[in-house]
Amino acid sequence: MAQIRVEALNKSFGEFHAVKGASFTVDDGQFLCLLGPSGCGKTTTLRMIAGLELPTSGTISVDGEDVTMNRASARDIAFVFQLFALYPHMNVRRNIGFPLKCEGIGAAECDRRVVEAARILRISHLLDRSVSTLTGGDRQRVALGRAIVRKPKCFLMDEPLGALDTEMREAMIQELRALHDRLGATTVYVTHDQLEAMAMADLIAVMNNGVVEQIASPRDIYDRPVSLFVADFIGSPAMNFLPFRGSLQAGAQAIRLGDREVAIPTAREALVESDLVLGVRPEHVRFSDSGVVRGEIYGSEYLGTTQIVTVTTSYGALKARSPASMPFQIGVNVGLDFRPDTLSLFDQGSGRAIRTALYEGGEHG
Amino acid sequence: MSASNAAHSVVEPSTGTRRFAGLLVILYAIITMVPLIWIVLTSFKSPDDAISYPPKVFFKPSLEGYCNVFTTRSRQTQEFIQTLGPPQGLCDNIARSRNMVVAGPSNYVPRFINSLIIAFGSTVLAVALGTLSAYGFSRFRVPLKDDLLFFILSTRMMPPIAVAIPIYLMYRTVGLSDTRLGMILLYTSVNVSLAVWLLKGFIDEIPREYEEAAMIDGYTRFQAFVKVVLPQATTGIAATAIFCLIFAWNEYAFAVLLTSGNAQTAPPFIPIIIGEGGQDWPAVAAGTTIFLVPIVVFTVLLRKHLLRGITFGAVRK
Repeated sequence: MAQIRVEALNKSFGEFHAVKGASFTVDDGQFLCLLGPSGCGKTTTLRMIAGLELPTSGTISVDGEDVTMNRASARDIAFVFQLFALYPHMNVRRNIGFPLKCEGIGAAECDRRVVEAARILRISHLLDRSVSTLTGGDRQRVALGRAIVRKPKCFLMDEPLGALDTEMREAMIQELRALHDRLGATTVYVTHDQLEAMAMADLIAVMNNGVVEQIASPRDIYDRPVSLFVADFIGSPAMNFLPFRGSLQAGAQAIRLGDREVAIPTAREALVESDLVLGVRPEHVRFSDSGVVRGEIYGSEYLGTTQIVTVTTSYGALKARSPASMPFQIGVNVGLDFRPDTLSLFDQGSGRAIRTALYEGGEHG
Repeated sequence: MSASNAAHSVVEPSTGTRRFAGLLVILYAIITMVPLIWIVLTSFKSPDDAISYPPKVFFKPSLEGYCNVFTTRSRQTQEFIQTLGPPQGLCDNIARSRNMVVAGPSNYVPRFINSLIIAFGSTVLAVALGTLSAYGFSRFRVPLKDDLLFFILSTRMMPPIAVAIPIYLMYRTVGLSDTRLGMILLYTSVNVSLAVWLLKGFIDEIPREYEEAAMIDGYTRFQAFVKVVLPQATTGIAATAIFCLIFAWNEYAFAVLLTSGNAQTAPPFIPIIIGEGGQDWPAVAAGTTIFLVPIVVFTVLLRKHLLRGITFGAVRK
């Protein structure tokens, strides 16, 4: 297994700058998710690590060895594709054994390793089936089998669960993470699904427009987003944003929102008067008659354990996560309070998060 | 009225529609089959039956046409024939009943072999070149890709025979006239544009992930092409091969113009089979019937591939 190091990676397709200066390190045995919306450059980054695309500039090293310009086959990596890429003219056994055949490994050894991989993935009973008769989940297991059978330095996965239905995807998330824990393989996993990333990753790299916006643990990504984009992209429903104009002193513990004071984590930088955004997760919004923001209940979405209540205020529609049992009446005027130690502040112009006590003690910046 | 009120599927054709469609198909089949059946029937007629009026549908079958297409005969006096020993086989027997003896084999077999070599040779070449260039166009960023593809297609925008004279002069100059190589090259160049376009469509349908997976697993691009892409393009390759073969096999105009003795194919040879007192229709029909066999066999052999789906479900779309 190996460490993957990506430094100042750039990729342009003609005029289009797909990846802009991506840099990150995946330590030995770590599970990194590249997360972002479509077209953010995450798949291109992964394909450059795999050797399926060559970078315009920058370096990629695996285990300290510069592989930037190496052929895909010379990198000792395994790739799992979204569409599985199983060869339809081969049965399961031959599909899993295919990489070994490419390496010229003998039939007996090859068969032993195919059987072992199948056992790990619990598809031993499918070995002699044609791949076209398998369900989506089983096909993905075969694709994984083809990846693990070679015992490569690292695994690269491009939305491997994207083609599965929800139920199967949830089961496969657990299986994939268990498989990762068992093999301890360095893994880079591309997804646009934040739930997948949150559930599986040790480290998430959020990408937007070709730029890596933040690399951190799932917890830090969620609790301490470093930019408006990350704060907005992660979390469902998304973080509430309350735009306001104000200034800030280092050490300040509150901001002025309209004519009310709102307590925030202690500010660590000073700002002249500018356009700011207060970020509040829906679960940190509380109903309170003395609330700092007032509004009218617009509606609620019942989710079983909780409900999402939408309140129209002068800052736009705000969403609050409340216990499912709480009764709400549409049109009622309510007050909203925010949990002070969890609030984020952003600079509207640059989108960057203002440094506050919230960001201290995080596992990663 | 009750029928129109009964529940019926919107997507499934009704019984009436199906019957009508079936009737149309049968009608079309009859229209296309009748000339073929007539040719086959004629090949088993005697020369007299072949030209009788009204045409005979029921007749006494004879192998004279087949004998005549494979042999040359010379007329002899009855006295001379009687001096010969017993007839050598069936054809000799038929010939002697008409006061003739078999003088030797006709040119039909060498012409037929020429046809086989030229048609299959040009098909193999066109499909091979077509597969490689279709793959290139499908997978790589080729500069001026669209213009090149259009240029390739544009070679089919005029009837090939329009360039017959220049090709005739060119072939005479470079010594390709009346050679099998010349005919193979000519048919290949006509077919390769068709092959590129047909195969590009098929190869576009094969997800790139297959080759990428193979390349990550240790294959070079060429190996991935041979071991992964080709097996999945079989359907397209088979269909393309049939089209190329049919063109090369049937081609008449260039064959008449560019071949004479050495490389002549069957199509220009068959119509000039002359019997005594005019065209020997049973022999022409027999030559045509035999000429149809390779195409029928080839199509039936590849039919399985034509019907099989491309990816048969290994890729979820």
